[in-house]
Amino acid sequence: MPSERRSRSFYVLATIFALFVLFLYGPILTILVLSFQGPDGGLVFPMRGVSVHWFVDLFQPQSIGDIWGAFDRSWKLGLIVLVLTVVLSFLAGLAFRRRFKGSTLLFYVVVASLIMPSVVVSLGIGALFELLGWERNWWSSALGAHLTWTLPFGLLIMFAVFNRFNPAYEEAARDLGASGFQTVRYVILPIVAPSLIGVALFGFTLSYDELARTSQSGGALNTLPLELQAMQTNATTPVIYALGTLTTALSVLVITVCLVAVLILQRRRAALGSDAGRGV
Amino acid sequence: MATAADVELVGVVKRYGGTVAVNGVSLKIPGGSYCCLLGPSGCGKTTTLRVIAGHEQLSAGDIMIGDQVVNGLAPVERGTAMMFQSYALFPHLNCVDNVAFSLKMRGVKAAERRAKAMQLLELVHMDRYAERQPAQLSGGQQQRVALARALITNPRVLLLDEPLSALDPFLRIRMREELKRLQMELGISFIHVTHSQEEAMALSDLVVVMHDGLIQQTGAPREVYNQPTTEFVARFIGGHNVLAGELTAQDGAHSMLRGPGGARLRVPRLEAPVGSKVTFALRADRVSLARQAAQHRAVGADVAAPIDGNRLAATVASIEYQGSLVAVRLKIDGVDDFSVHLPEGQFYDDPVAVDEPVIVTWQPRDSHLLH
Repeated sequence: MPSERRSRSFYVLATIFALFVLFLYGPILTILVLSFQGPDGGLVFPMRGVSVHWFVDLFQPQSIGDIWGAFDRSWKLGLIVLVLTVVLSFLAGLAFRRRFKGSTLLFYVVVASLIMPSVVVSLGIGALFELLGWERNWWSSALGAHLTWTLPFGLLIMFAVFNRFNPAYEEAARDLGASGFQTVRYVILPIVAPSLIGVALFGFTLSYDELARTSQSGGALNTLPLELQAMQTNATTPVIYALGTLTTALSVLVITVCLVAVLILQRRRAALGSDAGRGV
Repeated sequence: MATAADVELVGVVKRYGGTVAVNGVSLKIPGGSYCCLLGPSGCGKTTTLRVIAGHEQLSAGDIMIGDQVVNGLAPVERGTAMMFQSYALFPHLNCVDNVAFSLKMRGVKAAERRAKAMQLLELVHMDRYAERQPAQLSGGQQQRVALARALITNPRVLLLDEPLSALDPFLRIRMREELKRLQMELGISFIHVTHSQEEAMALSDLVVVMHDGLIQQTGAPREVYNQPTTEFVARFIGGHNVLAGELTAQDGAHSMLRGPGGARLRVPRLEAPVGSKVTFALRADRVSLARQAAQHRAVGADVAAPIDGNRLAATVASIEYQGSLVAVRLKIDGVDDFSVHLPEGQFYDDPVAVDEPVIVTWQPRDSHLLH
């Protein structure tokens, strides 16, 4: 058999892809390696011995800042944002399927906050709270600031989801005697559930690592990204890398568990056999 | 199982904004019959079905099922069930739960509704696949499950929207038989929307041919095929040629026409003034074909003046072998489209060739006047 020659574009594209992968995983790998820096090591190479010193140090009271307090606030805030984003995006997605009066205007108002610079949104919210004499807090002003970021994304995802949603499912449900609420509960919700999980993860991660929008609206107590930024400017130890490695490991673990669960589910289903696409 | 109920439509109109999808349809479908709504896409057949189902609101008119006017009632209250074109099986539920869905909505307990669903799956021979998801089923299997799901509500009328169009041809014919068997077994009415005249003829007790939001003809398939009443029906159901002429004289049981290219044609007598335009349909399998030369020898030189039969000069445009018959398409001056269907054996006894001049002949009784 004559061997197929690869075209020149293959090599060009392969190089671009390799660079992309390098930029994506290079920093993570660097931090991973540096977090095992010896007790005398610094923030940069070379490695001065190998140890888990900085992981131990991470769990000691810090000289500067309050990592665990910030972590506690950040994941709680992320969770609140997740729930609100999923619920509101789903309901808004349902609403936008029918053309209601002012729907176009409402859509533009919602997505406008994607275009506005994050710091401006943050400043605005901070200034507004100041003006009204309200105290800024991570669970009030910062929550609002985060929602200006996650809700438009959530809504756009729901648009894409409902664009592909076959309205015949709803008609079939109605035909079979389901009420409007039952149709949402037993048909629409389970069918779009995977996308809602996507919206949830999106909402959580956007909030969890949001810096700019929290910067002026976060109040006295820092969220994790703010805390890390403060540490980065002040701290001189690789403890920050230890934290990075730990959180990355946690994410990898969560993703692995999900993938395994999906695989097991697929196996079970596949065991029932399939005639899809066959003429029987 | 539910009892059969008549379905009656009276002056049904459905408008979408400025466009009229159904323009005054009146129809009575006797209980327990297989009715096909037949027509090309956009003729209003699916809208008519959806209006009966209660998935579209009427713009005007009335719909009766049994002795009840059902305008404005929800689908369940009508005692109808619909099978959707793409089946619309819920992708997140396995077969049993799909079939049991309507019982679940009514609050029937899990064990009871699953038992009932299994009965229905047995009815359509799908009980072996009860635990599969829709994505693991072939088109035919999905259709069976969709049927079971629709029938579990004990409907008085089952509405089917192009149920066979997603299947490949071989399976289509098998599922067609199955649909007919189920309908006879259950004894309820099936109203089936299709654009295939072959399907409609194979299945129905009553064919309703629709065009432009109006009913063109209603009748038993054999009646519609043998006596199409309009030019549209004659062309749509296939196997017919449509010819036109001007009435020149009455001659006993026949009317004389000046047909295409000035040919004198005889048709069954039509009470109309001389000079009126007459259109008639002629079955393609009732026309004889002969070589022009042979014809001269057979009946002499008197080609232009037939005594009883009609004849037209033509040229062979194309020949299509179709198994039991051969379709010969002809070019005739003044006629858009003219085909002759000959039994295979007869054609190959003395085959004609493309571009060969021929003569077609037929008896006046084989033509049907169109309105």
